[in-house]
Amino acid sequence: MPVNTSAVGKEYPPVVYAVGREKVKEYASAVGETNPLHLDPVAARAAGYDDVVAPPTFAVVYQSGAVMPGIFDPEVGINFAMMVHSGQDFRWERVVVAGEELTTQARVANVEEKGGMGFYDFEVVTKDAGGAVVCTGIWKMIVRGV
Amino acid sequence: MAANYEPGEALPELKVTPDRFITIRYAGASGDFNPIHIDEDFAKSVGLPGRILHGLWSMAQVARAQTEAAGGPDKLKALSVQFRGMGVLEQEVSVTSTVRSVEGGVATVDAEARQGDTRIVRNAVAEIALD
Repeated sequence: MPVNTSAVGKEYPPVVYAVGREKVKEYASAVGETNPLHLDPVAARAAGYDDVVAPPTFAVVYQSGAVMPGIFDPEVGINFAMMVHSGQDFRWERVVVAGEELTTQARVANVEEKGGMGFYDFEVVTKDAGGAVVCTGIWKMIVRGV
Repeated sequence: MAANYEPGEALPELKVTPDRFITIRYAGASGDFNPIHIDEDFAKSVGLPGRILHGLWSMAQVARAQTEAAGGPDKLKALSVQFRGMGVLEQEVSVTSTVRSVEGGVATVDAEARQGDTRIVRNAVAEIALD
């Protein structure tokens, strides 16, 4: 069964994420960060930041809520039980700091079928309160047996 | 202190052993509660050897190897990874990184994460801002 490419270009509603100090610390601890910039607001302020700095891969946390509607969109047609997260790209324009409010929007960037597998790429762009891009992610999913 | 970013240079290796609760903690921290990561019975019911690591946790180890080598989170400008082999609990993960090129104040670094012979993150490419 060929994949349905009609959803390519489809955009999903923007999702707002408020970056919280304790969430950043929780995430940093879970991934083994020891840099006090991520864990100690005093150290972060001493380094010139307003509050703790999110580790770069915290982008997963503030972007996932925006990409999930695409992954579960019937028009995209991903069979979640057969899906694997095959790859992930992030490009960061700057670090994110606790206290910020970020807005993220996802778009279906590509859908194609190769060798009986479906390839689904979502481009996910996060902007700050001033509208400047802080992070662009490409979330890559593969579905076996399409 | 930043590592020596010269083409062909190996960056410091990162070694970390995920304990048996790490996927529970990462699920809570990230919001990814897929049962293949947190429910041993469910994971086995779908043919896995047991609970497996979140790919994005493994990616975070590759990112951490880069920010620690470069001297801070603001130095990592981009990271691209592929997830392939399954990562398992209680087995050491090692992240190795090699500088591919340096151009215009940016180092391009090739990296991978493995557990024993299994590459759990492969073809990782990082861009590092050099001051």
